[in-house]
Amino acid sequence: MSKENSEKSPVTSQSPEELSRRRFLEGLCIALASLCGVVIAVPAIGFIFAPLLQKYPQLWRSVGKVDEFKIGETVKVTFEDPSPLPWAGVTANTAAWLRRVSKTEFIAFAVNCSHLGCPVRWLGDANLFMCPCHGGVYYADGRVAAGPPPQPLSRYTVRIQNGEVQLQTRPIPIA
Amino acid sequence: MLRTAKAIWNWVDDRLGLSETLGPLAKHAVPKDAKWWYVFGSATLLAFIVQVVTGVVLAFSYIPSPSQAYQTLQFITNEAAFGRFMRGLHYYGASAMILMVGAHMAQVFLFGSYKFPREMSWVTGVLLLGFTLLMGFTGQLLRWDQTAVWSVVVAAEQAGRFPLFGNAFAHFVLGGETVGGATLGRFFAIHVFLVPAGIFAFVGLHLMLVMRHGISEPPKVGEPVDPKTYRKKYQELLKKNGCPFWPDAAWRDIVFGTVMVLCLVLLAWFFGPPELGKPPDPSIIRADPRPDWYLLWYFAVLALMPDWMERYFMVLGPMFAGLLIIMLPFFFGKGERSPIRRPWAIAGVIMVVLTIGSFWYVGAKTPWSPNFDAPPLPVNVVGMETGPVADGARLFHAKGCLNCHLIETFGGRRGPNLSNVGAKLSRSDIIIRIVNGGHNMPAYGNNLTPDQLNALVAFLQSRKKALVTLPGTTSQTIASSSSVARETFGSKLHRYWSTTYRASGGN
Repeated sequence: MSKENSEKSPVTSQSPEELSRRRFLEGLCIALASLCGVVIAVPAIGFIFAPLLQKYPQLWRSVGKVDEFKIGETVKVTFEDPSPLPWAGVTANTAAWLRRVSKTEFIAFAVNCSHLGCPVRWLGDANLFMCPCHGGVYYADGRVAAGPPPQPLSRYTVRIQNGEVQLQTRPIPIA
Repeated sequence: MLRTAKAIWNWVDDRLGLSETLGPLAKHAVPKDAKWWYVFGSATLLAFIVQVVTGVVLAFSYIPSPSQAYQTLQFITNEAAFGRFMRGLHYYGASAMILMVGAHMAQVFLFGSYKFPREMSWVTGVLLLGFTLLMGFTGQLLRWDQTAVWSVVVAAEQAGRFPLFGNAFAHFVLGGETVGGATLGRFFAIHVFLVPAGIFAFVGLHLMLVMRHGISEPPKVGEPVDPKTYRKKYQELLKKNGCPFWPDAAWRDIVFGTVMVLCLVLLAWFFGPPELGKPPDPSIIRADPRPDWYLLWYFAVLALMPDWMERYFMVLGPMFAGLLIIMLPFFFGKGERSPIRRPWAIAGVIMVVLTIGSFWYVGAKTPWSPNFDAPPLPVNVVGMETGPVADGARLFHAKGCLNCHLIETFGGRRGPNLSNVGAKLSRSDIIIRIVNGGHNMPAYGNNLTPDQLNALVAFLQSRKKALVTLPGTTSQTIASSSSVARETFGSKLHRYWSTTYRASGGN
């Protein structure tokens, strides 16, 4: 660079054409950088938020033979989530409270308290479900008996297929 | 040898410009009077560095896979060399970071250091506080035991309370519709990458602002902050009464930091990390999820607030609280800094400490949780082995009443203490309450046969006094232990003599 140029102010000494060129280059840099940001950010954000858009199939899971369950008894059953990822391990398990009402009728309740999702326990002698977190209590039919739960226990759809009791999987109930 | 080392250092320093860049930063002028109250910020940073180092070390063995994380933690805790120590250091380091950030915030608030021109230091600091609490929460989840799994479910339920997009938020937290293979990974990414990146960025900004505006001088009564004159006054103060940060002020930070690190080392070595709970199997439902101690106060707040407030508070509470705190310097950016002239500031800090402290205490006790481990009442409490009272006592346990009510020292605290209910309620009152229940009590009307109800009532009516034998008399009853504590000597004497008088036939 010549001594003359280095002594002059670089901006004010430029011609309108050079200023215009500078503006164009600034705009080009910002636009290209934004393009790079967008082509990386969009799939990245899509990847992170994909679970919100994904549709999960609700499958039927066998929890035991019909004859294994006594009429009037409420027992805990365990089954696997629909389409668990191979590395889910034991977190793919879900529990439910299953009651045989009659020879052919079953009710299944989600273990999640409708208040904040903690697992409710069945007290057989008391005929009540009770939540350890904030003392929510439900009657045997899942209705709220006491405490902060805003709604009854969620239920699973139950069917009998080929002598097996089956529950249709469902998402964790969100109030 | 020394000459060679010096020559190497000179070469490196010349090429990297370390002395030129870092030297002025390290030796920037600070007020001489800024002493021991000013160490908490650097202590927080040091705790964070401990977390980063121990976190990286743990990551050498920890596998963030839902099927393996628990086993890797068992390996780290029980088999890996210094594994238990590293986990302990990481846990106590988290506690230290939260304690120090709170102390630092309190000190800055009380000294009015958030006022002009350091408003943005306060704003970046509040954001760092939020990041720190988020790290504490997500870190507990990475333990990936039973408590962690159910804590995620509870967090998702709270996220679900957001209006409009609550469901989507809940599914984002879970990584799907249930806890599963996708859940742990996102908390690992948040805890190890996202939030630490935020912390690094905002700590950098926070320190840059310290360099720009300087360390605030200790406040003096009668010297309010005036934006028109403050900067000039501050520069004059530094010229007259300043000293280089390194080593004249930094030595206190180093001493305090060393004490803190030694405490962490001792705690980690002798007490170790928190025990791992049961495996992260959502089908194991005998669970009682609790946050680590630093979030117990918030856990208690959520448990104790009225039901109608819950939905609004869960969403709006943290938002409003954060906004209020961040906006502080924009409302009170000028004027007196000295806490002596700001008694509301002192009252505010005391109130916050007492409030959070009280909620911590209650959060540790959790009186709102039923006691599922209450054993059947022993004979010496019931007073009978057979008959309706004894039957009633057995029913009181079997029907779950003891889970929520205390009889003497047995049972839960969810509901009222019934040790003396026979003296307070009539038979019909007791029956009405058992049959109809209340807001926090189920109605047992359809759950009891008439004989069972009678036995229960008989038992509860017998809950007036504990059975003891007074010297020189037949078996007498005196007040239960809780009311004895409150009874005066005079009334005890009166009761004894009047009982003896009646027993002797009034002669």
